[in-house]
Amino acid sequence: MAILVGRETKLITIGFTGKQGTFHSLQSRDYGTNFCGGVTPGKGGTTHEGFPVFNTTYEAVNKTGANAAMIFVPPKAAADAILECVDSEMPLIVCITEGIPILDMVKVRKAMLGSKSRLIGPNCPGIITPGECKIGIMPGHIHMPGKVGVISRSGTLTYEAVYQLTQREIGQSTCVGIGGDPVAGTSFIDVLELFQKDPATDAVIMIGEIGGQAEVDAARWIKKNMTKPVVSFIAGASAPKGKRMGHAGAIIGGSDDTAEAKFRILEQCGVTISRSPAELGAKMKEVLAH
Amino acid sequence: MNVHEYQAKDLMRKFGIKVLRGKVAKSVNEAVDGAKSLGGNIWVVKAQIHAGGRGKAGGVKLAKSLDEVKTHATAILGKTLVTHQTGPEGKKVQTLLIEEGCKIEHEYYLGIVLDRNKGKLTFIGSAEGGVEIEKVAAESPEKIIKVTIDPASGYSSYIGRKLAFAMGMKGDVVKDALAFFEGLYNLYTSCDCTAAEINPLVVTSTGEVLALDAKLNFDDNALFRHPEIEALRDASEESKEELEAHEYGLSYISLDGNIGCLVNGAGLAMGTMDIIKLFGGTPANFLDVGGGATKETVEKAFAIILRDPKVKAILVNIFGGIMKCDIIAEGIVGAARSLGIKVPLVVRLEGTNVSLGKKILGESGLQIIAADDLSDAAKKVVEATKGRR
Repeated sequence: MAILVGRETKLITIGFTGKQGTFHSLQSRDYGTNFCGGVTPGKGGTTHEGFPVFNTTYEAVNKTGANAAMIFVPPKAAADAILECVDSEMPLIVCITEGIPILDMVKVRKAMLGSKSRLIGPNCPGIITPGECKIGIMPGHIHMPGKVGVISRSGTLTYEAVYQLTQREIGQSTCVGIGGDPVAGTSFIDVLELFQKDPATDAVIMIGEIGGQAEVDAARWIKKNMTKPVVSFIAGASAPKGKRMGHAGAIIGGSDDTAEAKFRILEQCGVTISRSPAELGAKMKEVLAH
Repeated sequence: MNVHEYQAKDLMRKFGIKVLRGKVAKSVNEAVDGAKSLGGNIWVVKAQIHAGGRGKAGGVKLAKSLDEVKTHATAILGKTLVTHQTGPEGKKVQTLLIEEGCKIEHEYYLGIVLDRNKGKLTFIGSAEGGVEIEKVAAESPEKIIKVTIDPASGYSSYIGRKLAFAMGMKGDVVKDALAFFEGLYNLYTSCDCTAAEINPLVVTSTGEVLALDAKLNFDDNALFRHPEIEALRDASEESKEELEAHEYGLSYISLDGNIGCLVNGAGLAMGTMDIIKLFGGTPANFLDVGGGATKETVEKAFAIILRDPKVKAILVNIFGGIMKCDIIAEGIVGAARSLGIKVPLVVRLEGTNVSLGKKILGESGLQIIAADDLSDAAKKVVEATKGRR
């Protein structure tokens, strides 16, 4: 196991019987993940695609021994689904849902404190330990097992980075999409800390965006605590101020949350920066050769 | 979503927050009648547009007689205001707010924003109101007071006291300020705001605490539970293309370059714009087709991009995950048939169902410049624009 997920992960899907929930649960199973069923209120006691369906997360946990949940419920009900997972003491919750109201997430974040759960997302592609376990919507086949950890606020940009690595035969330990929302369950620093401690990870790619100061905090944390090399790209150098770029979190407010400011601070903190999203793989190759 | 000042103030009244009395006017006559019905002998004529900096641009005028109300209303209505927030094209004034005057003793700044790091709402206050708060924050950060609110316990009087005393308020004013702060917090949380800014918050010569200006933003993702706020939307203030895109589940933002972009995922869409710039080009738009796009939405995306006369070439960059490359390819073919794409089209497909996608494009007979990877795609699209001036 690299970080957070591996062969011992037992996965259930919340919102299992919906179109997306079904498709990605089966994709996850086909990838080799230990998938054991799901939750759809009102359909408890039935089976779906050969897996048991439960009315509540509590029941699903008790009956299957699941230690990870993937959430595919619509934005209106997603915060509630996360809270139910937290209350069921689910160790890992991965919320794929995009478009959850910010104040719902403020409430969820508070409920996470002191709980036994870790939340990845929302509005994220999920998490994958190549060759072992895939939780989320990323295309599994572009990954390959190896020693580079990947952490990102963006989905497709993560695929781009992973693809560049795999093309150069650089494998990945674990790839974590923390999501593009302003309030998320897991921060860059949380994941960097896990990668730093993980013997299966030698180096890290960190992909950030304009907006907020999570990347700046991560840069300072790296300088102080990280001995493994980090390569980073920040999306949005060409974005105008005050315009929200798709992600609820990707908007430039002040002078510190521009791509330029983030690149500068990352570089000052010893991170290898890639100003082009197409150079991440090449930069990592250079870094690993040293 | 943004609303006008007068709409924000109507909402504030409902939450017990003190604002001046005002009348909305769509014509000069309505403006004069509004001033008459308010009474008094001093009024403020305020342009209602979704942008700050109206005062400096001549959109806010003091009137000391009904004649002056008429003069100012005539001058401002229909005028295009250009402020630091409107962009160079400015915004046309279609509505006025006529407010009664008041005697200002002191101007403060008050705002509520989300502190992303803490995941909590935070009051921001300053005794330096009526000026640009970014400037105060940059020049004298000690004058900015921040008080974080725990989401579990919500607003409590101590939060207000902490804020009011640090802002230098004294005596009876503090009590009124606390009611104001609590009202604003309740509004923010009940209506799913994403930002609230009262600049200035004033104390009048009679000791009243009230909002002279008000700016509220609302969370688009939460509008489903606030039909009353959705109803306040002023479509004329928003980009027609952006609204149309939104209806189809596309996220589109118009920019001033000449390379149209069609990408899946917000991060990759930004990354694609960035790499176009690195190769010396300029993007005409940000467009994220999202993960749930169909052939029809892809066609719609092309229609929106092609409507922009600045567009000299288009770059399609898709990394299929949840989005399948064959769907995009079908959309491209459909758009080419129905719209007739006359500008160079560079396509880079990767990920889920990529070979099927490439096959569809190959068999279509369309003139497509295929790109191997992201750099290649950016290079080719920038070259394509340079060939056409």
